Amino acid sequence: MSGSFVIDSLAHAVFWVVVGIVFAGAALAVFPRNIVYNVLGLILCLTGVAALFLYLGSFFLALMQLLIYVGAICIAIVFAIMLSRPLHLEVPKRRMPKLAAGIGAASIFFAAIGAVAWKTAWKPAAERGADWTITTIGHLLLTRYALVFEVISLVLLVAIIGAILTTGFSRRLSS
Amino acid sequence: MMEAAATSGAYWLRLIIGLVIVLIFSQLNALFLVWLERKVAGHIQVRLGPMEVGPHGLLQTIVDGIKLVGKELITPARADRILFVIAPVLVFTPVLVAFLVLPFGPDLIIRDMNVGLLLIFAFSTFSVLAILVGGWASNNKYALLGAIRSVAQAVAYEIPLLLSVMSVVLMVNSFRFSELVMAQQRVWFVFLQPVAALIYFICATAETNRAPFDIPEAESELVAGFHTEYSGMRFGLFFLAEYTNMFIVCAVATSLFFGGWHGPFGFSFKIPGVVWFLAKTYVLLYVLMWFRWTFPRVRFDQLMNFSWKVLIPLSMLNLVITALVLKLI
Repeated sequence: MSGSFVIDSLAHAVFWVVVGIVFAGAALAVFPRNIVYNVLGLILCLTGVAALFLYLGSFFLALMQLLIYVGAICIAIVFAIMLSRPLHLEVPKRRMPKLAAGIGAASIFFAAIGAVAWKTAWKPAAERGADWTITTIGHLLLTRYALVFEVISLVLLVAIIGAILTTGFSRRLSS
Repeated sequence: MMEAAATSGAYWLRLIIGLVIVLIFSQLNALFLVWLERKVAGHIQVRLGPMEVGPHGLLQTIVDGIKLVGKELITPARADRILFVIAPVLVFTPVLVAFLVLPFGPDLIIRDMNVGLLLIFAFSTFSVLAILVGGWASNNKYALLGAIRSVAQAVAYEIPLLLSVMSVVLMVNSFRFSELVMAQQRVWFVFLQPVAALIYFICATAETNRAPFDIPEAESELVAGFHTEYSGMRFGLFFLAEYTNMFIVCAVATSLFFGGWHGPFGFSFKIPGVVWFLAKTYVLLYVLMWFRWTFPRVRFDQLMNFSWKVLIPLSMLNLVITALVLKLI
């Protein structure tokens, strides 16, 4: 009995450590004025989220989180930093309208996520029963959630076209 | 209850023994590979390479390693201290994770996960990240340039790498290493997927920053690239990670395209699987070294064009054809 108690409390401790890492990463991603710290904080935060998926028992989702968010999105942000103003120049002061817009966008997202989390009827893993293997996730993505899946790729397409347009535009300006 | 405790005890013991073996193996492997690299380089350039310490210089890298451990760890005055120290540690984590799933033999996998192949590629991001962090934290223009080149290169070559691997995964319908190897009992996938194998090997060379794709650490233009400011064992860790990464990409190539622990065409000649696996991996490593001393370094624009305009379309085409053929059969 005592053995399982130790393991349980250990698992809980690990969970809270991971939650701490996620929050620390999120704070690092927002507050420092050095943009490289921001990206590294974001990476820490997203890695923590991957660890949470692992804790919830979905190895596949955890790896996808790493592969897509850390491997692709954060590295893309690094590219954006390379194209932005040099780091040794003085950092401009935070402007209030920009800050307000950021907070507003974040709170809309937070409200939406919170509403979804509130509405979901959470069940303990033991009662859920349904299997969440890669096959099931794949089937659901291409049947029930096909529209969402397509919309996400549309967002990516818009981002790519936007990037091409911006580079083309700035090149024409400089030449 | 007792039984459960016993199995979990055995489980932990297995994991700890596995970790110790992995740590020792990765060190010995790197020592051997550095020696081999110098020997190969020597013989290709009609020299002998290291000859003084031990028979045919076999102990040379051990001596070099001891020297490296004894050296002072210098942190540049205006470097970002925390990140500068974290980077060499960060570069070594993905390397250790990869060993969890590599199939050395039918019974020699630490954990045969159903997402094993994904695990290696998901964690390989961190070595790119470590290079970036190290290069940026050094506060040195050569280090930063090396790091930037490294990120651009890694992103460009990871796409065809994953696409080429996917065509094999599509054939087996699994990410599990044991199943990927078992599917090649008779015919190795290099014969069924020659294009994917070729693309994989080219991209793997680029991902490990090896010549002809070694522009992140191009000695003649960037001093030493991202690890210019690193000294002592911190530099040693970068070096160790690089050579262990070479081993990992070759081991993955062995298990995806060259039949893993199987002998050719189902004949094993009574040789154990581990020997086959390691033999094939080291032959591939030799080829990787051969590349380095044969091809001159590519230019940055050539590098990018080759990936985005040749490798990515080719690997996509290969994937589509694979899917089509599998559907029609």
